[in-house]
Amino acid sequence: MEKTFNIILTGVGGQGIITMLSLIDEAAVVEGYDVKSSELHGLSQRGGSVEAHVRFGKKVYSPMVANGQADLIFAMEITEGLRESVKAGKNTVILVNDYFLAFNEKVLKEEALKNLKTLKNQLYLVPASQVCKDKLQNEIVCTTYLLGYASNKGLLPLKKASLLQAIKNIVPEKYQELNINALNLGYVD
Amino acid sequence: MKKVLLGNEAIIKGALASGVSFVSGYPGCPSAEIGDEFGRIAKKYGVYAEWSTNEKTGLEASIGASFSGLRSLVNMKSFGINVASDSLLPLAYTGVKAGMVIVVADDPSCWSSAQSEQNSRAYAYLSHIPMLEPSDPQECYDFTKLAYEISEKYNLPIILHTTTRVNHQKMPVVFEEVNPTAEFKKGNFIKNPHQFSTMPPRTMEMKKELLEKIDKIKSASWTDLNKISGNKKEKIGIITSGVSYLHAKEVLDALKLNLPILKLGFFYPLPEKQIKNFIKGLKKVLVIEELEGFLEKEITALAKNANPKLEIFGKNVLPISGELNSDKINKAVAKVTDKKFVDFKLKQINLPRRTARLCEGCPYWQVFPVLKRIVPEGTIFGGDIGCNMIGALPPHSMYDYLFDMGASLGISHGISKATGGQKIIPIMGDATFFHSGIPALVNAVYNKSSPLFIILDNRITAMTGHQTNPGVGKTLMNNESPELRVEEIARACGVKNIRVLDQINVREFEDALKEFLTKDEISLIVCKRVCALLARRQAKK
Repeated sequence: MEKTFNIILTGVGGQGIITMLSLIDEAAVVEGYDVKSSELHGLSQRGGSVEAHVRFGKKVYSPMVANGQADLIFAMEITEGLRESVKAGKNTVILVNDYFLAFNEKVLKEEALKNLKTLKNQLYLVPASQVCKDKLQNEIVCTTYLLGYASNKGLLPLKKASLLQAIKNIVPEKYQELNINALNLGYVD
Repeated sequence: MKKVLLGNEAIIKGALASGVSFVSGYPGCPSAEIGDEFGRIAKKYGVYAEWSTNEKTGLEASIGASFSGLRSLVNMKSFGINVASDSLLPLAYTGVKAGMVIVVADDPSCWSSAQSEQNSRAYAYLSHIPMLEPSDPQECYDFTKLAYEISEKYNLPIILHTTTRVNHQKMPVVFEEVNPTAEFKKGNFIKNPHQFSTMPPRTMEMKKELLEKIDKIKSASWTDLNKISGNKKEKIGIITSGVSYLHAKEVLDALKLNLPILKLGFFYPLPEKQIKNFIKGLKKVLVIEELEGFLEKEITALAKNANPKLEIFGKNVLPISGELNSDKINKAVAKVTDKKFVDFKLKQINLPRRTARLCEGCPYWQVFPVLKRIVPEGTIFGGDIGCNMIGALPPHSMYDYLFDMGASLGISHGISKATGGQKIIPIMGDATFFHSGIPALVNAVYNKSSPLFIILDNRITAMTGHQTNPGVGKTLMNNESPELRVEEIARACGVKNIRVLDQINVREFEDALKEFLTKDEISLIVCKRVCALLARRQAKK
């Protein structure tokens, strides 16, 4: 990989974005890349919009993705995907979990979806929460599912073996199987 | 050992590798994980770790440990240093015995901070305490170790100044794994009032000694901390520090510019000689620093002699408010190098903000609507720090003023006195009450004002991630401790009208409010109900 790969993760506080970020960090290290990431804790995490950045490649300095430079935006919620899309460049792929968390009567799911679909970016709308709820009885691992999905589709330049190793390295033992199942599910077309 | 670490985790590794044996502080974002993690590992590594009641008592605890010969680490967020400052300034005069590092974590852009966008670097000038600024987790580790060395060499405390983007940055860090030892190191206080007591005329001597130490540090060479890279023949240079350095490197690489960069690890004292040498041959220098332009002012003063014709750029091309990033720095570099800059136009989008909100099942949901329904129109509400400050946001929009820890009550006293008893309800959390609410309560009782004080006692310090406090009955190291009751302290302070209730009993809460609103002296309602997240977590165990 010649160029540094830039990812922005977004969603609502409590959706497990920090763990998702850690898995990418770890998988990138497993593949021998340099990596830097930036996350937010505290007040900004309490049910509000959250945004985290991760960059990996030969040599990475800044932990944050410059405007327009994201290769991939992972949005765990529709509105937050739309919100983050303002930072998308023309080559940014936007991968959105088809999940809507209402917070304001002026923001409707259908309209947010419509606006997302008018973007010129390559867009993937994936029912990750639903799939994980149906097949694993657990929605929170939809983050891990999406990593598998993106890797399988070639949107995330990290191998399955590296992501598996990352799960083994950083996920507490009692949740490993669940995460491995979620990851595997992401590779099912 | 090489592992992906958060800046805060790297600070812990650095402290362990330096033989730290005493850790104190107060939780705040973005520094809280330092104390949290020490709570988990303290016993294993033979370290004593505590959450102190506030940053001042926390600093004082570590001063005592240092005077007794133990290496200590103090951790706090930006505003913590305001609270600790009363003991910080004399500490510079006495100096330390065993090494001491004070982590102060600022939060440019106020991601997790309410009261101000504080630039704590100013405390280095105020106190004459050396201050280091790491850029990334590797430097968090390296600088922490260096800080202990400098601390012991000059007998001074060292402030490790970080920001959110450093504390909560992750990268692979190379560090030395310390072998655990369950044996606690015991200190020994050897009397030495000549060093430990600030009392004139000794105080003036101490100041002289302090300034001499700073001069020595200034004239020493710190090649591990202040580094020059890039092509020294170029006529435009960059001076930067902290996370801004990383953004700047990124920008220069993208623009294929190889300008010389002086990266400062020491914020105070500045390596004046090195800076003078660096700027001597330059035509232009760009100073890249977050918030107020302290470095820029210093460099402007140094350039007067070293290079009077030097064109200095800083806050004229970079914002004084808000954290820096590659985009902002790119624009500044383009301006200084006369390059064309195409600004990335953020698309305009009409979406309301999704702000922080109370968690599902939060016991505070039961409080705000009842208050609004029961109190007479015109009643003033004062907010405080912690989860209760979410009450400032819609849909609650409760507060008429919101300041710092403990200030809801302190200010309510003044309003009550000034207005001759206009009805006022200050609202505070349990941890904040122990942190700095008690002196405000004593003042209100002693000087006879009549606020209706509400303490939302959710049995934990919730906002910063469920830390223990004196009301919990457990210490950071999970040892039993007497559970201090808010109402008993209030009674001892002289409050006569006190009601402790569970706000889920709405009628009881309403009746207490109605009754206490008629009082012309201070009264207190303690709404006691455990944080919903904590309750769920405890149920899982």
